[in-house]
Parts: sequence; structure tokens; C-alpha cells
Amino acid sequence: MKILVCVKRVLDPQVKARVKADGSGVDLANAKMTMNPFDENALEEALRLREAGLAEEIIVVSVGGGKTDETLRHGLAMGADRAIQIVTDETLEPLAIAKVLKAIVDQEKPGLVLAGKQAIDDDSNQTAQMLSALLGWSQSTFISDFKLDGDSAITIREVDAGLETIKIKMPAVISVDLRLNEPRYVKLPDVMKAKRKPMDKIELDSLGLDTANRMTTLQVDEPEGRAAGIIVSSVAELVDKLRNEAKVI
Amino acid sequence: MTNLVIVEHDNNEIAAATLHTITAAQQIGGDIDLLIAGENCQAVAEAAAQIVGISTVKVADNAMFAHHQAENLANLIVENAKGYSHVLVAATTFGKNVLPRAAALLDMAQISEIVEVKSADTFVRPIYAGNALATVQSSDAIKMITVRIISFEAAVESGGSATIEAISSGTDSGLSSWLSQAVSSNDRVDLTSARIVISGGRGMQSGDNFAMLQAVADKLGAAVGASRAAVDSGFVPNEYQVGQTGKVIAPDLYIAVGISGAIQHLAGMKESKVIVAINNDSDAPIFQVADYGLVADLFEALPELEAAL
Repeated sequence: MKILVCVKRVLDPQVKARVKADGSGVDLANAKMTMNPFDENALEEALRLREAGLAEEIIVVSVGGGKTDETLRHGLAMGADRAIQIVTDETLEPLAIAKVLKAIVDQEKPGLVLAGKQAIDDDSNQTAQMLSALLGWSQSTFISDFKLDGDSAITIREVDAGLETIKIKMPAVISVDLRLNEPRYVKLPDVMKAKRKPMDKIELDSLGLDTANRMTTLQVDEPEGRAAGIIVSSVAELVDKLRNEAKVI
Repeated sequence: MTNLVIVEHDNNEIAAATLHTITAAQQIGGDIDLLIAGENCQAVAEAAAQIVGISTVKVADNAMFAHHQAENLANLIVENAKGYSHVLVAATTFGKNVLPRAAALLDMAQISEIVEVKSADTFVRPIYAGNALATVQSSDAIKMITVRIISFEAAVESGGSATIEAISSGTDSGLSSWLSQAVSSNDRVDLTSARIVISGGRGMQSGDNFAMLQAVADKLGAAVGASRAAVDSGFVPNEYQVGQTGKVIAPDLYIAVGISGAIQHLAGMKESKVIVAINNDSDAPIFQVADYGLVADLFEALPELEAAL
């Protein structure tokens, strides 16, 4: 089986996003960027399936311009066999990304597509579900466990009420949650090896898809901060404040 | 304008999240219809018809909807979305699972987790774990929207008299089947609707120590939550998690115990009315958002707090 893993280059999760003074967006100039954490879990799962002899080839794919190839190189260093970058300077919405990924799936014919459940920049949580829809495949989202079972897979989903186990027909699109696995650290020899692995670059325009955005961002604001509070000296003072000042207990 | 709200339910009761979603639809304006897909869910339909301001309750009662799997439910939404200007669902794991699938089949974008309705086509949604708020205008014919429930009040549950209409279920795609659901014992007080929440982090050191939080919670009638660190460490199950990728809550009182206050955790609780932080590290970022901070060893503070309540 061939596995396609969808990854996105995002602001490092340890870095606090800063809104530009003109309200046009978030300032990413010189900001530390990284592979979306959930996507690392997706790639890790693919690598484990290959190590278990259940997959032969792992392709990492990403849509974007700039240094998107750096993020793909990180995926290759983690252990993916090859990479595909769909090159565009536009910031595409999840629906457009799903259309692009469908084109790559049609071309590569993987038996499984893995993606992070959401990108930590736009927090959309849409792309995997949309790709699954466009392919007419089954889906399982927010998973924390995955097992192949003949021509199906058994997955455990992290849902609001607890854990839900569902069986899905393969091929499938899976979106993964953080507790699925612990992504491996990349070692220096892996980084060197990754430089020699193949990376295809496909111009977005060459795919001939309608990827026009359906939304216009009118403004980006910083949320109102909370006023600084006080430090109390004892549990007794805390209880007194909650009872008599805040009146919440 | 006509709004279609997808009802979240367990075949017996309507999830509170749906009532908040209906309020978002009311702010958009125009008629509101509800779509219910389930198995033996007549009680849900009857309750839905009582909600104030609903015109029609459309019900697809079929075994294939018993567990709300995305493939069949998305197809049903697509079949019924035509003629509506807005389709809304709560941004819960139920809504997040199904709506993008339906949106893609309709070739519509999705506007995720709106926190404010500016007009019928313009909405505010948080990005970057809530560190920025984007105002977006949609040009799509059908606006597919998930709604952050803490940002909208609950609609009034009784006094309405909507028409109940049975609709065709469509055919079973057979793509997925439900096997089981494990629900933990966190059933004392619902985390998402609790007025008071007390959460523990890595500082709790073990799952057993969460009993100390539970003891305080019992005194306050509070729900117990957790940071991702505590869930990852296996102290408590995933449904306790508050944060960017867990539950987003806004109780009247949030007590963070042994939680450092990572960006991702703050994203899930910073809309709380009053925040209390108990941590032995006075430099922990949680103190920057706390109304009341107590720098103390939680293993001394918690029993003291329990005794004082």
C-alpha cells in the first residue's frame, strides 16, 4: 500500500501569533515556522505502518510557496520516501486544498491518506473531511488508534463524550489527533539523507482546478486582553475573594 | 434568508450545543428549520418542535443514522441544503466531523467556529488558538457554518410549535460502521455547560491525585477538566481536555490547578468570567490571565480549599 500524508507549514506552536498593526493579518515575517504538529503524528503513523510491513511507500504532500519545501524536507528526514510540493503563493482555503489533494490522489492512487485533524494556524479542521468527500471515500476523524483489518480499518476517534470505535472501508481519509503516537526526533544523518530524496514540484496552475477563495478576510484583530489580576496570600483569602468580591461561589 | 440547523442528539435528547447554534441562526435572521437524523428519534423531534422560533423540523429516522457517521449524514445534509442560505451546526466533534464533508459535496467553503455574526455574510472567527480574530465575508450561495457554542446564548426550549416533517433518508453508503463508544465516569457535571470548572495539569502528578480536584468539585457543584499535558500523561481520559484542540469552555469560574498556561490551554478557557490559578511556580504564564492567583503547593492548597468550602 502507498500512503499519502498531507502536511502544512505553520507558525511554531510555541510562538504567540502577533496581529499586524494594520489589521491585515498575522505577522509571519521572520517567525519560526514548523510542520503542523498534528501532521507530524499523521506522518509518524504512516512510518509505523511501513515499519510493520503494511505499507511500501510514503509520500508527503504540501501546498504552498516560500519555504514549504523545508517542511517537506523535514517530512523526508522523518522517513517519508518522496515529497510533492504544489507550488503557489496564494493562501488557499481548505476546500481548494482538498481539490488539489484530490488531483494528487487521482495521480498517485494511494490506499490511505493521512492528515492532521487541524492546522494550528487557521484552526479550520476541514481539509481531511473535504478530501474524503471529493474522493467518495470513507473517513475517520480525530483518531487516537488505527488498525488495518483486511479491506477495512478499525479506528478509535476522540469525541466530546469519550472514545468512539468505528470500522471504515479502505481506501480512507484519516485525520489524526495528538495521542495517536509520539512523533520521532529527526537525527542529523536523516537530515543528510533527506537531501537526496526526490521532491516533485507541481505548479498549482498546471492542475487546472478552480481554487478561487470563497471568503475575503476583511480584518484581523487582536482579542481583548484580560485585565491583570491579583495574587492572594492564602486559601482563606482566595475563598473570601470568590465569595464576596467576584461572587461566583 | 432561510437557515437549516443540524441537530446534535443521542436519539433521546437534544444536545445543549444545538440550542446555542440556533441562537446564531436567529442572529443571521430569517426562517429556521431543523434537520434531525437518527434512529427512533421521535422524542428528539417532538422536543425540537417546542424550541422557540423554529418553522419546520425535518426528520430522517433510519437505523443508518443511529450513530451519526459522517458519510451518510453528509449526504442527507446535501440533499436537504438546497434552497437554504445558511446551514449551521455546533462546532463540537459531531459538527466538525460532518459539516466539511457536506460543504465539499456542495462545493461550498466552510466557515469554522464563528464567535460573532456581523451580518448575513460576515462572521468573526478565532484563528491561531484565539490569539487573533478574523472577520471574514463569504461569497458562497450557501454559507456552511460551525458555531462556537460559548459565544451564543441558548435558545428558549419551550413555547414554539414547529411542524414536524418526515424526510427521505437516502441510501446507506456502507462506507463505515459504528462499533462501540467508551464513555468514562466523568458524568457528574457536564464540562461544557458547567458554571464552575476545576482543571488539573501536569502538576497533579497522577490520575489518583485528581480525586483531590473531584473533592473540591463536589463541594462547588463543579465539573473537572484537564490540560493536554494531564491527558497525554494518562491521568484522565481525553474528554476532560480543555484547550485549542479539546473543549472550549467559558464557565463563570475556572480554577486552574498545577497548569502552567500554554497558549493551547488558554485558548480553551480564557473567555471564563473569573479565572483562578493555583501553581507553585510564580512565573507560570497562567498567572497572566488569572483574576486571582495563589502561589502555593497544590497538595497543601487543595485540601485546605476543600475544607474551606
